This record gives sequence, structure tokens and C-alpha cells, in this order.
Amino acid sequence: MVIRTEGLSFSFDKHQVVKSLSLQVPAGSIYGFLGPNGAGKTTTIKMLLNLLKTDQGSIHIFGQELQSNRINILSQIGSLIEQPAIYHHLTGKENLLNRAMLLQVNENRVDKMLKLVQLTNAAHKKAGQYSLGMKQRLGIALALLSDPKLLILDEPTNGLDPNGIIEIRELMIRLVQEQGKTVFISSHLLAEIEKMATHVGIINQGELLFQGSVKDLENISQPQVQIEADNTVDAANLLKRHDFVVNNINHERLYIPFTSKQQIGEINSLLVQNGITVFGINKQQKDLEKLFLDITKSN
Amino acid sequence: MKGFLLSFQSEFYKTRKTLSFWCAIILPLFIGLLAFAIFYTKSEKFIMVQPMMLWIQFAMISLGIMGTLLLPMYTIFIAYSVNSVEHKADTWKTLFSLPLSRWSVYGAKFFYAVFLVFLCLALFALFTIGFGNLLSILKPELKFNNYHMEQQLLQIYFKLFLSSLGILAIQFLLSLLWADFLKPMGIGFVATITGVIAASKNWEYTYAFPYAHPMAALSSMIKHNNDQTKDLQIDIFTKDVFVSLGVAIVVFIAGYFIVLKKSVK
Repeated sequence: MVIRTEGLSFSFDKHQVVKSLSLQVPAGSIYGFLGPNGAGKTTTIKMLLNLLKTDQGSIHIFGQELQSNRINILSQIGSLIEQPAIYHHLTGKENLLNRAMLLQVNENRVDKMLKLVQLTNAAHKKAGQYSLGMKQRLGIALALLSDPKLLILDEPTNGLDPNGIIEIRELMIRLVQEQGKTVFISSHLLAEIEKMATHVGIINQGELLFQGSVKDLENISQPQVQIEADNTVDAANLLKRHDFVVNNINHERLYIPFTSKQQIGEINSLLVQNGITVFGINKQQKDLEKLFLDITKSN
Repeated sequence: MKGFLLSFQSEFYKTRKTLSFWCAIILPLFIGLLAFAIFYTKSEKFIMVQPMMLWIQFAMISLGIMGTLLLPMYTIFIAYSVNSVEHKADTWKTLFSLPLSRWSVYGAKFFYAVFLVFLCLALFALFTIGFGNLLSILKPELKFNNYHMEQQLLQIYFKLFLSSLGILAIQFLLSLLWADFLKPMGIGFVATITGVIAASKNWEYTYAFPYAHPMAALSSMIKHNNDQTKDLQIDIFTKDVFVSLGVAIVVFIAGYFIVLKKSVK
């Protein structure tokens, strides 16, 4: 395990924000740390970086206890917490050079990182004039600068456009698959995490509701096929005759449990061949709130 | 130690283009030039002045301003600005999640602020000496070259530097803990005014109040000895300077333990 916490708790004043958290992040994984805003994600991340002192519990990173091996552990972590911390009066490149100086990283890495996050053209522009997305990319470049074994990223796709989100996602996957790094990434969007994570931890109101591989999560989250058709009643009857289970139906749409992509194709041709006009057919994820309800029920 | 040096270097790198750094150079240059301009344009007024008094009058333009209001305010400003770089960019959390000891980050920042105050005062001494000598060349009728007080000037500014460290340590800690501008500046300003009043009224416990130290340092600088030698003798290590150093050391160490225990929000 790259990160292992046991019974981790934290309170602001009397309000307990993190409750007895036991995280298990395996090496070489992309661990999606999922939860709504205010669930305690950032607080947990700050404890993992030794910024907040834990009330109770222990944190082991790379098998070492955090408090007593702080510098050694931190030297192998790159992090991005909340909004990227950037000196606005320095240029993008100067921000990276300053960090390179502190971490004693070769200056060549700076240009490499700028290229990686596509800021080479804006390298000499004041970081204060960067757009939100550019700042976020610079923050990621800063986190990657020392070529760390473990990346801890707090909502790194905040403020990025769809293209930027895809780039970050692909970068994370590449880092893990090609360089064997471990990524711990927090988000409040289930769909985003599902697209890249190998492991997932779900936190709500400070408590870990679920932890396991993405496969385990799919068993719980049970995605559905949403079908929009001209006559939903006929469509539902037709599908029932062909041994499909219809979960839900209204005037415009009907829902069937998702099993595979092939299944969607079969449903589509079945409907069309029987004279039903299909306006839309797609896989649909439950939103986080419903998922929480299901997880709480199944517990 | 390496972490400390790297952090110190980074402090310079971060602030080298900001007002707080350039202030340390522009302030003494500006006031030095002002003093130079007064003596250059009104040289006829100073022709009859004795060389020693001439130097004293010339140096007192900078010293008077620095000793009363400017040095405490400048110190407060420097303490604020080295910390506000991090408050503004929200970079404390990043600084403290780097593989550097908390001591390196805190210590380097504090000593960088000390360095800026030292730089400013050193330049004051150098510009005073430099412009004085320039005047002796450009206006030979002023007898600047008949007297030398380089050593005394360096000693006085060194004394001022030591006397500002108490304020610096207090203000540094306030600016570190409070992100906003008004609280540390407001407290510093009120305390400075109190200090100036206390020192100017010769209150008997002036030596115990850090914000009065720069002014107290100037009034306690002349060594009063019985043999009336002609040369000015500067008394650097007076009671107020020791108190200033003591306050600086105690607050600096206390601040370190606060930073160590502090959660970074």
C-alpha cells in the first residue's frame, strides 16, 4: 500500500470533519477519492501532507509513519491542493524555476513541464494573467516537477474545459501505466472518476462509505440504459416480451438495467425493427446522491 | 542548513521584482539624494559650519527621519510584505508540503526580512558617506573633506539596525498569523506612535518598549565620557539595544513553536 491510514479523525473546533478514516491506496493505482463538497476530502488530503495535525489515527505513506519521516515522504510526493498556489507577480516559468530551486531539480525539467501542460507559449506571461484553466495546468506542472512517485491532486480538473479535462485524464493514465506512479485524486463527480480510476473511495460527511476497485463500485452503482422513444408503453411491453427488465417508465423515457454495450445495440435494433422510433438511447450513471443512498442501504 | 539556504535564495527570487525589495534600495537613495540636493543648492548656508558639525547636520537629515518614524514603519512594512507574498498567493500550504523542514521555511523568511532591514540601513550609511564625499568634490568650499566620521556613521546605523530587531520579530509574527493588512499594520502604527511619544518625552521605561527603540537608540548613542576628546564616540550596546535583541530572540523562538504547532489551513 502506498497510502494506509487507520482510524484517521479530525475536528475543526467541536465539529468533526473526518471520522475514523481507513484508506488503502495500492501502488500503481489511480485512486479516486469521491465525495460531495464539504465531505472532508480536502481536510483528509491536508492530513496526508502533514499540513493538519491529526486528532486520532495513523498515516503511513510508502510504509513509513508520516510524522516521523515527514521530509523523506514529502520528497516523493507532488501535490495540488484546492486552487493552485501560484505567485501572481512571477511568470509561469519563474513559478516553476522557483520551485525547481527549492527542490533542487534540474532546470531542464522546467521546460519539459511547460511543454507537458502546454504552457510553453505562455511561459513568460505573468501567472496572474493566466486563465483559471492555465493556472490549474501550471499547478499540475508544479506538482509533477520533481517527478514524484505519488501524486496527490485535489479536484485537479476544476475550471478546465472539456479538452483540458481529457488531457489531464490521459496524462494521469499515462503516468500510472508507463511510469508506475500512484495517483490519489479527489473529485465530486462520479462520472469523471469512473473514467480513469482503478480504485475508489467514497466519503460523505467525513465517513468512508465505500472503498474498493472500480469493478466493485459498478456492482453497487448499477448503471441504467435510458431509452427515449415515441411510444414508451409499447416499447416497454415489447422489451418485456423479450425478457428485459424495465425498471422505470414515464411518457418520454424508460429505463433498463445496463449489462453491456452489446445489449444497448440489441435493444435499439429490436425497437426499430418493431416500428418504434427511438430518439435516444444511452448508458446513464446514477448521480452521487442516489449512489450514497444505495450504499447506505446495502450496508 | 541546506533547506534554509535554498529557502533564503527562494525568498530573494520571489521578491526581487517587488516593492518590498526595491524599497530597501530606493528609500536610502531617495533620502540621500534629498540631503545631497539641499547641501548642493544651499551650500552658501553651510560654508561657515565646522566640518564635524557639517557632517552631523548632513547625516542627521537621514538619521532624524529614520530614527523617528521611518525605521519602525519600514520594519513593519517589510515584516508584512515578506509574509503577504504567501498569503496573497495562498502558498503557505505548498511551502509546508515541500520536503523542507518547517524551521527552514520559517527561519529563512525571518532572516530574509532581517536582511532587507540590514540592507536598507547599510545603504543609508553608504549613501550618506558617498554623497558627503561627492559634495566635498563638487563643493570644495564646504569642508566635508576635513573631517571623517565613516566609522561613527556605520556604528550608528548598526545600532539602529539592532534596535529595530525587536519590532521586526513582533511584526513578523503578527503578519505571519494574520493574512490581512490592517491588523498588523494598525497595531504596528499605534505602537510606533506610542513609542515615539514615550521616547520624545524621555519616559523612564522607554528602553523596555520595542517600538521606541529606534528613537531611543539615537538619543543614547553619544558616549558621555569625562575626557573631552574631540571625536564622537558611539555607544552601540546600550540598555535599549539589549532589550531589542532579547525581544527579537524570544519572539523569534516563540514564533517557531507556533509555526510548528500550527495547522495550515
